[in-house]
Amino acid sequence: MNIEINNIDRKLLMDRSSPGRIGATLPPLDVPKQKLPPNNYLRDNIDLPELSESELVRYFSKLSQFNFSIDHNFYPLGSCTMKYNPKINDEIASMKGLSNLHPLQDESTIQGALKLMFELQESLCEITGMDNISLAPMAGADGELAGMLMTKAYHLSNKNPQRKKILIPDSAHGTNPASAAMAGFEVITLPSDPKGNADIEALKSSVDETLAGLMITLPSTLGLFDTNILDVCKIVHNAGGIVYGDGANLNSLLGRVKLGELGFDIIHSNLHKTFTQPHGGGGPGAGPVIIKKFLSDYLPSPIVKYNQKTNYYSLYSPINTIGKMGAFHGNFGALVRAYSYIKTLGGSGINQISQNAVINANYIRTQLKDYFTLPFDRTCMHEVVLSAKDYKQKYNISALDIAKRLIDYGIHPPTMYFPLIIDEALLIEPTETESKDTLDYFIEVMKTISKEAKDNPELLHNAPHNTPNTRVDEALAARNPNLRWTSSNI
Amino acid sequence: MNIENNSEYVSPYIPNTNLDRQKMLEIIGVKRIDDLFKDIPSDYLNPNLNLAEPMSEFELKKYIDAICSMNIVPGEYSSFLGAGSYQHHIPSIVNQLSTRSEYMTSYTPYQPEVSQGTLQTEYEFQSLCCLLTNMEVANAGMYDGSTALAEAALMSARINKKNKIAILDTVSPTYIEILKTYTQYQGISIYIVNENEINLEEDTTCLIVQNPNFYGNIDDMKQFAKIAHQNEALLISYTDAMSLGMFIPPGDYDADIAVSEGQTMGVPTSFGGPYVGIFTCKKKYIRQMPGRIVGKTIDTKGNTAYVLTLQTREQHIRRENATSNICTSVALIALMSTIYMASLGKKGIKHIAELCYQKAHYASELIKKIPGYSLLSDNIFFREFTIICPRSPKEINKILLKEKIIGGLDISNKIKNGMLLSFTEVNSKEDIDNLIKTLSKIK
Repeated sequence: MNIEINNIDRKLLMDRSSPGRIGATLPPLDVPKQKLPPNNYLRDNIDLPELSESELVRYFSKLSQFNFSIDHNFYPLGSCTMKYNPKINDEIASMKGLSNLHPLQDESTIQGALKLMFELQESLCEITGMDNISLAPMAGADGELAGMLMTKAYHLSNKNPQRKKILIPDSAHGTNPASAAMAGFEVITLPSDPKGNADIEALKSSVDETLAGLMITLPSTLGLFDTNILDVCKIVHNAGGIVYGDGANLNSLLGRVKLGELGFDIIHSNLHKTFTQPHGGGGPGAGPVIIKKFLSDYLPSPIVKYNQKTNYYSLYSPINTIGKMGAFHGNFGALVRAYSYIKTLGGSGINQISQNAVINANYIRTQLKDYFTLPFDRTCMHEVVLSAKDYKQKYNISALDIAKRLIDYGIHPPTMYFPLIIDEALLIEPTETESKDTLDYFIEVMKTISKEAKDNPELLHNAPHNTPNTRVDEALAARNPNLRWTSSNI
Repeated sequence: MNIENNSEYVSPYIPNTNLDRQKMLEIIGVKRIDDLFKDIPSDYLNPNLNLAEPMSEFELKKYIDAICSMNIVPGEYSSFLGAGSYQHHIPSIVNQLSTRSEYMTSYTPYQPEVSQGTLQTEYEFQSLCCLLTNMEVANAGMYDGSTALAEAALMSARINKKNKIAILDTVSPTYIEILKTYTQYQGISIYIVNENEINLEEDTTCLIVQNPNFYGNIDDMKQFAKIAHQNEALLISYTDAMSLGMFIPPGDYDADIAVSEGQTMGVPTSFGGPYVGIFTCKKKYIRQMPGRIVGKTIDTKGNTAYVLTLQTREQHIRRENATSNICTSVALIALMSTIYMASLGKKGIKHIAELCYQKAHYASELIKKIPGYSLLSDNIFFREFTIICPRSPKEINKILLKEKIIGGLDISNKIKNGMLLSFTEVNSKEDIDNLIKTLSKIK
């Protein structure tokens, strides 16, 4: 990175403040002055910073340089699908005819926005092979929550209150059990078999009349397509359960297979992964929940419907809706970007995404499998999980050390220590937007690091070396929380 | 490839060529791409994908222009809609700085060494939220104000292990709906209490109040805090963040958890999202907070560093026992709010708040003089107030629309012929006078 961060950069807004400065121009009062309310309702002082516009631009521009980002770095963060975010999508989302719309305008005045949402609903159903959708959830975890609430509502309305159990594979994202718990379910962990598939025997012995459903990620977070998936769906369905698909890894399936056709009843799609809403350092995202017809009445509201006769779009709330997920209609700005992306690529372009993502991941897999442990020696999908357990054993070099050393080569670390079932895991997702040249560089760097681990382990233990900070003391932060500026903070 | 034969589509977002792919497949050791997809049951492989053909950027922009022309856009029309989403002028630097790719195309800052930009700005966001609300601590943001409120209620139940939520009948019906969505299967019940006779039931975990309330009125929050605390319940306040430029903040009336919609601070109305929920509380409750929290620490050389902290509350560690399932949140929108608050600053936030107040009061004085119209109450209000119209607000709004005016929110399902009007600095005197003139003609 080679950017020094100094004490001036670390000076916070309030410590840069000088009385009398301002960073914005203020419109004047153009109406006759009105009477103010009694003093006991008014605040006497508001302590906010006072800075000029030029100082703010310098401060926030400088700070931005201390970030890695897709636009600057290879970012092979497994299960996060950090692919290139097309610029046209941002431009379209910021068009005044969309970004200035108020969410409570009368339907007749927002036909364009509703048309866009309707067409996105249709496209996402087509891509995933599902029947119906709500764009309301505001992130992947929010989509999971919506799906779990629907599962609960479905079983309750079918007079099956005893269906309280959700099965979740041990390789799942943490949001899955957390979302299931928020919907009032009991979570049962399902083991993986030696091939990395869901353990069919364990599944069979876990299903009974208390089963509410299964939450499964396909391909799994091990980067593997579960070859038993048809059986898995059948077993869950035969036991009266709902099959929920976490769509975090949907990028690898686009055009190759439709989750709806495999037997999934509910899925969510992370538009900030598969459909290029930029990650923004941790959101915003969008997590539409996409379902089979028999669950339509439970979808979160609102949903856009279209009347062909009158050529009119409107918002509606399904009769047994689980409710609203947020104040308005979901993260519209993210929906616009996904729409723009799908329109740009069309069927032909969408069709090529998974092929290139999967080639890229397997290219990395085959070239690094002699250097790192490959827990599952089989064709992977869009991501490959490697283990650094041998390095840990022989040289006391951890997955963390390797990840941090990658930073020195300008590469963002892969997802580390996840999935939890792999020791010293490094989960690598290159995405389709990376070139062979970039992958060749990454592979060379990983080989170099492998050599460094043996020859010069200290280099890895102390990595990264040329970043604004060396490794940080996370324990101190948690033990002694300092979460905000105070006047004595200096 | 000649211009007629565009059979093989080349995606602008995929750098590898056919030749690259061929070389890579050889190294992988397979013949065809489909060999990589052998794990997918063959009956289901390569389904038909019924999507339109790709559009060039030029075509797409024309297409979107046509979509935009199907909308009536506030700005081109004067608008008096609020109710949780407010139009403001947003200084250029908010967009210019927040759309820098370093902020926009980075991930959640799990790797602090290469994320100090995001982390330090999130710490700034937390700090400014605390200063705005006078609360002790803040997190790095929730999806929006309404989900921040729902999560606040769940947090309250975790803190005092009680399971009834009391919510004032003057809280936005939308927020009550979202509260119901998030709490419905958690063994928590919700009951609505009348603002004028608050009797809290036993086992009440919290009292939820909105200030200004849904109808626009500013309430005596100290009294609500007293009632909540006398009943050993927490006070959760939902405030209009912009009102805090003028009115006493939640920290001054002893709120335990205070949440707001941050949209009003530098975020476009964008048809309802993405927004950012401001989430603040008393320091003693931090370990029960939902969401990301950034803390200050040091690195191995003793230099200042920021890092995601108190992560043992979160789903990736605690799984089903986490304080919330939230993962991806709204970091970029929090950044927009941060830049907005910093840019307007001490003087500017107060100024904008006062402009909202002045314009709303100018309008209210004129509206109550129009025969047939009246104000719902003579309470103190900030920038929104409810009027009783001579006929249905729906009809009135139709007539206003012909005059290029987007009227207030029709709340006739709550108050007969009730309309909620909202004013901000973007409503000029001319716009307001035009609204009054048009309303005067409708009898």
